Amino acid sequence: MPEPVLSVQGVTKRYGVRDALRGVSFEAHAGELVAVIGPNGAGKTTLLSILAGIQAPSAGTVGGVPGNVGWVPQYPALYSKLSVAENLELFARLERVADPADTVRQMLAQTGLEERADEQVGRLSGGNRQRVNIAIGLLADPRVLLLDEPGSSLDPRQRERLWRFIRALVERGRSVVFSTHDVGEAERYAQRVIVLADGEVLFSGSPAEFEREAGGEREAGGEHEAGGQHETRDFESAFVEFLRARGH
Amino acid sequence: MRWLLRKDLLILRRSRLLVVLLIIYPVAIALLIGVAISRSPGKPKVAVVDLSPPGATVQLGNSKVPVARYYDQLFNEITVVRSSSRAQAVSRVSSGQALAAIVIPPDIARKLSSGLTQAQVQVIYNGDALQQSLVRSTIDSALAQANLSLSGEIRQVAARGIDLLLKGGDFSALGAPQNVLGLGQISTVLHRVVDKQPPGADRTSLERVAGFADFAAQNLGLSKKVLSTVSQPIQIDASTVHGRRATLNTYAVVVAVSISLMFICLLLAAGGVALEREENALARLVRGPPALVSRNGLLAEKALLAAGCSFVVAFTMLAGISAFVKLDWSRVGLWVAALAVSAFAFGALGVAIGALAREVRAASLLAFLLSLPLAFLALVPNGAVAAGLYDVIRAISLLFPFKAALQALDGAVNQASPSVGVSLLHLLALSALFGALARVGLRRLE
Repeated sequence: MPEPVLSVQGVTKRYGVRDALRGVSFEAHAGELVAVIGPNGAGKTTLLSILAGIQAPSAGTVGGVPGNVGWVPQYPALYSKLSVAENLELFARLERVADPADTVRQMLAQTGLEERADEQVGRLSGGNRQRVNIAIGLLADPRVLLLDEPGSSLDPRQRERLWRFIRALVERGRSVVFSTHDVGEAERYAQRVIVLADGEVLFSGSPAEFEREAGGEREAGGEHEAGGQHETRDFESAFVEFLRARGH
Repeated sequence: MRWLLRKDLLILRRSRLLVVLLIIYPVAIALLIGVAISRSPGKPKVAVVDLSPPGATVQLGNSKVPVARYYDQLFNEITVVRSSSRAQAVSRVSSGQALAAIVIPPDIARKLSSGLTQAQVQVIYNGDALQQSLVRSTIDSALAQANLSLSGEIRQVAARGIDLLLKGGDFSALGAPQNVLGLGQISTVLHRVVDKQPPGADRTSLERVAGFADFAAQNLGLSKKVLSTVSQPIQIDASTVHGRRATLNTYAVVVAVSISLMFICLLLAAGGVALEREENALARLVRGPPALVSRNGLLAEKALLAAGCSFVVAFTMLAGISAFVKLDWSRVGLWVAALAVSAFAFGALGVAIGALAREVRAASLLAFLLSLPLAFLALVPNGAVAAGLYDVIRAISLLFPFKAALQALDGAVNQASPSVGVSLLHLLALSALFGALARVGLRRLE
């Protein structure tokens, strides 16, 4: 097993007396696409914001390559009065990349926004804004990219294009960790899912492993459908059942 | 920080309407307040009915003074609405055409001439409490002036009579004989007669009369001074404790410039920080380590940008106004210091407001809600309200930069007190306080 590019050990986050995260541990490797799924209030955004360096954990450590984490927030963090190129150039300069102009050109090509380079971001569609948002997260060529609910504001076509783009990044060796409400999205694209509920990791493994574990519980609970219809049960029902079985 | 500053300037350049409003609105408000402070209130309309006979005169000693001369004093501070009768005057007051009515009785000249009974004018008021207060104080002041003028005339007539009694001369009034001997001369004549008298009862009697004449002449001389004191017991000798006296116009300039500086700086600084949060960029900028921009750097950039822009507008205003109001350009170094430090303090308050708000609109509203009352409180003069309330106002004004900025600029432009240095130190302390508050507010990134 190669060295992990991101290593999370026993991360806990407390807000007063409430624990938002409790001893969360996992690793991410190069070329891995990891989904963090869970119900509302599970701690997904808190976990990603700690990994991104926005918040400090109350306990535990986040290791890996220091300062080499790209972050893409749920809502595009862009200046709507600036053009696409100006946004990219500003963040490239703030990231102190060696050749800002060349990096901007590369990002425009990678995101397919060359023709919209001079357009003000405020006039772009939600999908294109999200592409610029991701491009900014990639400006410093990070080994790990964190995406918070990347497809939440996109229509299905835009979502499809976005995932093609993300999978291409993973194929080029980047590690991508994303949070999502859409468990179907996690099943389709992630190589590993981390199920978070009430700040605790309930499961970490591949989508197939998760489906098996959730399905086994269902069978043990006697709720499975007769006639081998177990295979037809979708991932989302398995997820809901998994949480219910653990009191969530 | 350089790239962030460049970005903010680019955004400002593309928000032309916002920039125009940001400059025009505070400058307009500031000029209105300045004009309101520098201009005295308009003359109130007062219905006047004069029932005295035309050409009536007041007999003072041997001279006759037309009653109309006193009317001039009385009517100088009001806009006279002539009325033919008391009923018409009252009707004008009731209908709101006039705020008050003055009724001059037909026997005013007789009573003034008598020297025994006081003359009376009747005043009838209307309008709301504020208008009544204004017209009442105006009429009271005008009546006091007229009374003072009249007592001055009486004093002069009485002084002329005393002079005649002392020095002698021609009494052309009261049927007195020609070439009257004065008291001062009686004493000399009597002493000459006494010297020629042989000792005896007659000489003793004459010596007593001469002694009384001496005494009377001396005391009558003193009574002239007493008359002056009685007619105007208190004279006003005005002086200013601190520095030179500033005219109301130059103070209004300082108020107008300070208000513009405050509004532009607060709105830009608060809006600048809030915009980072509104665009979701704040977390992206300061996350780390290493952060793209440090939190302190971000706050300093916003405060400096706002301070710089507001400084340029305020200095241009001051320079422009100096074409109309005489300002001392030899003190331009102090103007710059006062404007720069004040702008920085407003910038610090602005970023503190911006750090608390989630949106630009909320930050702007908060900046307005906070700054307008503070500006008005800072303009409340000592003695205008009860002592306890003024202490509260002073304490509030101490905690915010407007009053200190006003005093610094007043000191720089008008040499008013307290000294510019004290106000600048106060502003620097407030900058540190609000900078620290902004830093706390920025801990929340979403």
